[in-house]
Amino acid sequence: MAILLLAEHDNSTLSDQTAKALTAAKSIGGDVHVLVAGSGAQGAADAAAKLDGVAKVLLADSGDLANGLAEPLADLIVSIAGDYDTLIAPATASAKNVMPRVAALLDVMQISEITEVISADTFKRPIYAGNAIQTVQSTDAKKVITVRTAAFQAAGEGGSASVETVSAPPKAGLSSFVSDAIASSERPELTSAKIIVSGGRALGSAEKFKEVILPLADKLGAAVGASRAAVDAGYAPNDWQVGQTGKVVAPDLYIAAGISGAIQHLAGMKDSKVIVAINKDEEAPIFQVADYGLVGDLFELLPELQKAL
Amino acid sequence: MKILVPVKRVVDYNVKIRVKPDGTGVELANVKMSMNPFDEIAVEEALRLKEAGKAEEVIVVSIGPAKAEETLRTGLAMGADRAILVETDQPVEPLAVAKILKGIAEAEAPGLVIMGKQAIDDDSNQTGQMLAALLNWGQATFASKVEIGEGSAKVTREVDGGLQTVEVKLPAIVTTDLRLNEPRYASLPNIMKAKKKPLDKKTPADFGVDTTARLTVLKTEEPGGRKAGIKVASVAELVEKLKTEAGVL
Repeated sequence: MAILLLAEHDNSTLSDQTAKALTAAKSIGGDVHVLVAGSGAQGAADAAAKLDGVAKVLLADSGDLANGLAEPLADLIVSIAGDYDTLIAPATASAKNVMPRVAALLDVMQISEITEVISADTFKRPIYAGNAIQTVQSTDAKKVITVRTAAFQAAGEGGSASVETVSAPPKAGLSSFVSDAIASSERPELTSAKIIVSGGRALGSAEKFKEVILPLADKLGAAVGASRAAVDAGYAPNDWQVGQTGKVVAPDLYIAAGISGAIQHLAGMKDSKVIVAINKDEEAPIFQVADYGLVGDLFELLPELQKAL
Repeated sequence: MKILVPVKRVVDYNVKIRVKPDGTGVELANVKMSMNPFDEIAVEEALRLKEAGKAEEVIVVSIGPAKAEETLRTGLAMGADRAILVETDQPVEPLAVAKILKGIAEAEAPGLVIMGKQAIDDDSNQTGQMLAALLNWGQATFASKVEIGEGSAKVTREVDGGLQTVEVKLPAIVTTDLRLNEPRYASLPNIMKAKKKPLDKKTPADFGVDTTARLTVLKTEEPGGRKAGIKVASVAELVEKLKTEAGVL
């Protein structure tokens, strides 16, 4: 039977998290249908139809679905779940919000944040902040799965699937949208960036963080990350946090500046292709995972690096 | 209103866990256990709402072995009024936990359930959303701010790229993110007092819940290691290596 993939999008554009989760869906096997639920989301649906390996796109377009509220979105997914034996989504904040609700409504135990597909019912997933990897086999007739996208390559384009419209069930009215405070930035998104420059507590202040990390990131066209210590100290906003409780990333190049390398942080970035650590403490645990380590004062080294590029 | 706060006993977050050599799981014998940090934040938030006059009673609940009583006593020492222990020696998956909590919510009729967004052992991040589904209540997950109004709660949530504020009708489920608050420490007199606070004991069968696992754990292993690389002496050498050796610039 077929697989339903829940798309991550902002109505006009499709997030590449969808293409990454699609790779996981394809390795399970079966026709993949992509559900684009939103308001004025034709653009995202058209983009999904072009992904290689998508058999069909289902577009549910309604004002009730505009803000990704879990209750109406879960009702929609459950209303079409009968046609699928696997329901899968990238493990984004919005899918982590809705998929367990779907799973409970279907009386299924969700498999969270898979990093590898072994077979149609068996998967690997990290536990204990990535310090152990479990292989689990689902005994449920339907599978509900979220995908840790850092572990999968994005599927390419080249498809030409049809887009069909599905209607959303009536609104339950359990919650309503009040406001969004989404930071707009010229920089790439953390979870899809090729290069990330991250700062830690050693930056010492929000001003220094801005002064030293941001120009280097902009020179490299990189996204900006931060350790939990830097976020808790108020040097960087919450949504920049890389780590088990923040974003899990796997860029081509990760530059960790003034980050000691707590387990919590390593869990969020250790799958990066190349890791560079810059820290004045040569014993810092970050050097144990870094491909290239540079010991010294980051306030001298980062501006120097910026000039050298 | 009453606030129900489910809490889980997990390996303390400072402990570096060890995978058993035979691949059957993680070593739990003689390891320091504590309340799941996200649940501590949930207890704190419930207590603050009570102190602000928004709630009359805070009830902590745990599902787990007899020793989970220690975790409940921690919640009582922080200031919760009473506790319920649903005792079982089997590991209980989020779906079954949600079903047991549904039974407790129906019996206690809380106005709000506040719980951690995930437990730091299995990192599932499911129970709150599942409980909301089973009760057909609204949900506000990953909360960084909670304001209780008349018959509803306004909750600011941490989402990808920033914050989202939603309003949920009460009763509802709120799950906590890290920055909602900083939990208090229990004082010694309160730890002593907590020993006398009421603690009810139940079993999953009392709620008619079958806790048979839906997921079979075939193997637990160490993550693939990453080897330490080399130290470079200068910025120039670093740039050179990134260009020629690593090919990422």
